[in-house]
Amino acid sequence: MSLTVSVEGIWKSYGGHDVLRGVNYSFNPERIYALMGPNGSGKTTLLRVLSLLETADRGEVIYTDGTTAPLEHNIALRRRITLLLSSTGLFNASVMKNASYGLSIRGIRGDEARERAFGALSLVGLGEMERQNALTLSSGEAQRLAMARAIAHEPEVLFLDEPTASVDIENTQAIEGVILGMKGTRSIILSTHNEAQARRLADVVLYLRDGLIMEG
Amino acid sequence: MDFLADALKRALLLLVSPDSELIGIISLSLGVSGSAVALATLFALPLASALALKRFPLRGVVLSIMNTFMGLPPVVVGLTVYIIFSMNGPLGVLELLYTPYVMVIAQFLLALPIVTAISHSAIVGVDPAVSDAARTLGATPSQRAFTIIKEARYGILSAVMAALGMVMAEVGAVLIVGGNIRGYTRVMTTTIALEADKGDFELAIALGIVLLGISLIINSVLYHLQRKGERP
Ligand SMILES: Nc1ncnc2c1ncn2[C@@H]1O[C@H](COP(=O)(O)OP(=O)(O)OP(=O)(O)O)[C@@H](O)[C@H]1O
Ligand SMILES: [Mg+2]
Repeated sequence: MSLTVSVEGIWKSYGGHDVLRGVNYSFNPERIYALMGPNGSGKTTLLRVLSLLETADRGEVIYTDGTTAPLEHNIALRRRITLLLSSTGLFNASVMKNASYGLSIRGIRGDEARERAFGALSLVGLGEMERQNALTLSSGEAQRLAMARAIAHEPEVLFLDEPTASVDIENTQAIEGVILGMKGTRSIILSTHNEAQARRLADVVLYLRDGLIMEG
Repeated sequence: MDFLADALKRALLLLVSPDSELIGIISLSLGVSGSAVALATLFALPLASALALKRFPLRGVVLSIMNTFMGLPPVVVGLTVYIIFSMNGPLGVLELLYTPYVMVIAQFLLALPIVTAISHSAIVGVDPAVSDAARTLGATPSQRAFTIIKEARYGILSAVMAALGMVMAEVGAVLIVGGNIRGYTRVMTTTIALEADKGDFELAIALGIVLLGISLIINSVLYHLQRKGERP
């Protein structure tokens, strides 16, 4: 059974400011969702809560994976989901080392890891740059490397926070191609400020407004 | 002036064809300071990591102790270690006073806060996005800690080099606990102090040049590490 996620009554505030105000939503499996909303509306916050990087003040994140272990300690579940952040946090290591990180921490090393990482790098057009240090990449290249690193280990639920934020038109098309290529194989929840992009990619477009999700 | 030029000439000659005493002194210096820093790193690395990555009681206290002890005068450390290992001291029975071992212990105590404090700030300085990335890519807590420490590697190496530079150059601690015994506990700095005192500059100048060279090497390594640690 494919992994699905839903949220029930999620509240999150920072310093007395309520960012999420009781968000309810069930994401269907193997669909692509686009999350829209003005700056500061809480898209990144919601994605961080959904991907278990942060805990909500109130409410629940529910994964249908059959286990009941507390989510923050459930490594097995965590390893089936991944969030791509816009602050990429690339490692001071080669492009290849970065791309194969998710595989390596899962115990997949050697030729298999190299091949799978190389496949992900090729998808984002970085196949030729595997030896370069990741910190010397341009911001658009860095964004694409972070994308490759997030998909190399093929997570079942993928969260993408503004995956084309600092990417040029040509590479935006490449990344959109990668996302569309995964359509129907896993749940993807992405945030974007680009309405046209949301329509191109998503099965469902969601709006975050006043701390709540609305379907558009 | 003549005698200075003469001493310098003889010092250079000594460096070109070093005698066994010179070689012995240099080796002991490198051995004592090298082991002290290696040992300190062994303790400092887990300590700095825990201080940077974990929350535990007394964390703040340990941190300020490390920061304070970083600037501890070597003579004070020497005196303390001397008292502890002196005949009537708590560890006097070990009879380690005036041996290279107690010199390692004294320099270990000097190096530990330096390696810990500088490594700590290197680990704390790692971009939090790196930690987030490791976590969301599926790292276990220990894999994540390892990833963060690895990101801080140049800063940690800088800490080790800084400590090595400091203990190689200090004289107070090794002089008090080692006793500057010829052929046994005499290191570069204590020899320089003694020979200069005797007015015999040949060996002192030769060792001074060696020390300068070592400090030059350490500093250029430090410089390169700091450049590598920055975004390339
Ligand atoms: N760690 C934090 N500490 C304090 N405030 C925070 C923190 N994280 C987010 N916020 C605040 O929460 C609100 C929502 O931020 P969030 O990053 O989720 O918005 P966003 O919808 O992703 O915006 P953008 O479109 O600019 O990326 C903002 O007002 C932000 O200042
Ligand atoms: Mg955001």
